[in-house]
Amino acid sequence: MSRALVVRQAGPGLSVQDLGRPGYLDQGVSVGGAADRLALAEGAALLGQPGNLAAIEMAGIGGIFEAEGGSLRIALTGAPMQASIAGEPVAWNASHMLHRGQKLSIGGARTGSYGYLHVGGGIAARPVLGSRSVHLTAGLGEALAAGDRLPVGKDSGRTETGMTLDVADRFQGGTVRVVPSVQTARFAPEDLARFEATQFRRDMRGNRMGVRMTFDGPPFAAQDQLSILSEIIVPGDIQATGDGTPFVLLYECQTTGGYPRIATVLPSELNVIAQARPGDPVRFRFVTREKALAVHRAAEAHLAGLPGAIRPLIRDPRDIPDLLSYQLIGGVTAGDGEDPQ
Amino acid sequence: MDRPADSFPVIRDVGLTGILVTFSDTLTEAANRAALAFRAAVEAEGWPGVEETATSLTSVFLRFDPLTLEHDVFTGRLQGLIADRDWPAVPLPEGRSLWRIPVTLGGSYGPQFEEAAQAAGLSPEDAEASIAAARIRVLTIGFAPGQPYMGQLGPEWDIPRLTELTPRVPQGALIAAIRQLIIFQRPAPTGWRHIGQTAFRCYRPGTPEPFPLTPGDEVTFRLIGPEEYEAILDSDGTGDGGATREVLP
Repeated sequence: MSRALVVRQAGPGLSVQDLGRPGYLDQGVSVGGAADRLALAEGAALLGQPGNLAAIEMAGIGGIFEAEGGSLRIALTGAPMQASIAGEPVAWNASHMLHRGQKLSIGGARTGSYGYLHVGGGIAARPVLGSRSVHLTAGLGEALAAGDRLPVGKDSGRTETGMTLDVADRFQGGTVRVVPSVQTARFAPEDLARFEATQFRRDMRGNRMGVRMTFDGPPFAAQDQLSILSEIIVPGDIQATGDGTPFVLLYECQTTGGYPRIATVLPSELNVIAQARPGDPVRFRFVTREKALAVHRAAEAHLAGLPGAIRPLIRDPRDIPDLLSYQLIGGVTAGDGEDPQ
Repeated sequence: MDRPADSFPVIRDVGLTGILVTFSDTLTEAANRAALAFRAAVEAEGWPGVEETATSLTSVFLRFDPLTLEHDVFTGRLQGLIADRDWPAVPLPEGRSLWRIPVTLGGSYGPQFEEAAQAAGLSPEDAEASIAAARIRVLTIGFAPGQPYMGQLGPEWDIPRLTELTPRVPQGALIAAIRQLIIFQRPAPTGWRHIGQTAFRCYRPGTPEPFPLTPGDEVTFRLIGPEEYEAILDSDGTGDGGATREVLP
């Protein structure tokens, strides 16, 4: 029997995701793909495999999974969740062996919104338009459900597991850097200043398409905003919606929209927005194009360096029952520091 | 950044990796044509670092890798290209198609047709004749995979969107507002008026040509009765819904 990962129990927000399907904007399909691109890359590094393989994205809560037809190397990244293999707790941000017939149980996120389960060889679901990413907004694919049997690709031949890597805490909001978008100049200078000074909170309303930001203060509105023609919108764009509330677009957004856009989040910091939970604090700060490019370049270098950043888990996690909480204490930051990355 | 309207076309940033070249802030036939032609010209240039191009109603969106293609170099090239030609006068790109799509108007398959005709100040007969005579363009594609925004119809069809959404119109529905028509790619709510029904499928997953329509394609309609629509729906395995297609020179 070919190897597969069987979903025994599924949280409500489980879907197969990779880097999405760029190139179909002209046909009304946004790029989609993993909400936290960095988490996807971290999983690939832990398993020593290419960064474009598909993984399972878990919104808020995981599920129970079983290796069928053979043993599977797995890695867990993104929003830290409680995880155990055959009843024994295992470390997050690490790779493990899931032996044939063993059950992997993944609970709720302790912080952040999206956790990822990667397998050696990647989830080999059938690609649609060149990608395995489920894109619910566009009607491509569907969420995972109990009983689904996911084929697994050929593993690279490496047998290494028990590796870990240090990750930036991006799971409780923080300050994200922005640059101008199409209608930024239509907002009054004092409103742009207020936009930077305002402490926003991630609203209850939010999903893979985008998240709404709540705040105290008058609405944000552009001049002549009712006359704006529907125009192409992109992930990271911050729309000032009808009631003047910022709405940050994520990868599964629509392809066109008519709300004015006050700014655009830098691509490498969009994961902070995606990972914020309802109530988490978020601030926006304009930076020059020069600074934004430097941030972008550093983020690309960080991604490129991930494969070299993995190291063995120092101790066998099974000997440390409180490992998860131990790691979390080490990873907590104020959440609104100057540089989230 | 926004500039006065008399300086179109205008180049604006969309974040770190996007640029928008806009030919008008209102929808005109000329601005749409200019956008289609300009996109084709950018594609033909093949500049390294340009990762994706797409058109909206009156703009061209360009996604680029700012580490490969410097922003100022890119905008400089775009300005050069803009100045190079009178874009609204440039012929539309080659390889476009002319579609003739069967549609049944009114009745239970187009429950808001009479209301739409009334809003356009037309009798139902005149409204039918107007749709039958129209030759419109796929202005842009969006909202759902492959879903076309087609126009422009005559000024009488400048009917507003409804304030209340219709909770669900079916796949293949023909809907109308603001001098435009849309064929719905899949069942969805809408604030436009549901005037007719086609068996045309805008997105055909798993086929060699999943997206049959391209921005710039032209569309005419062949009016059919509900029985013929049902017969086409029953027999069609292609998604064309009885449509014919001819390549435009």
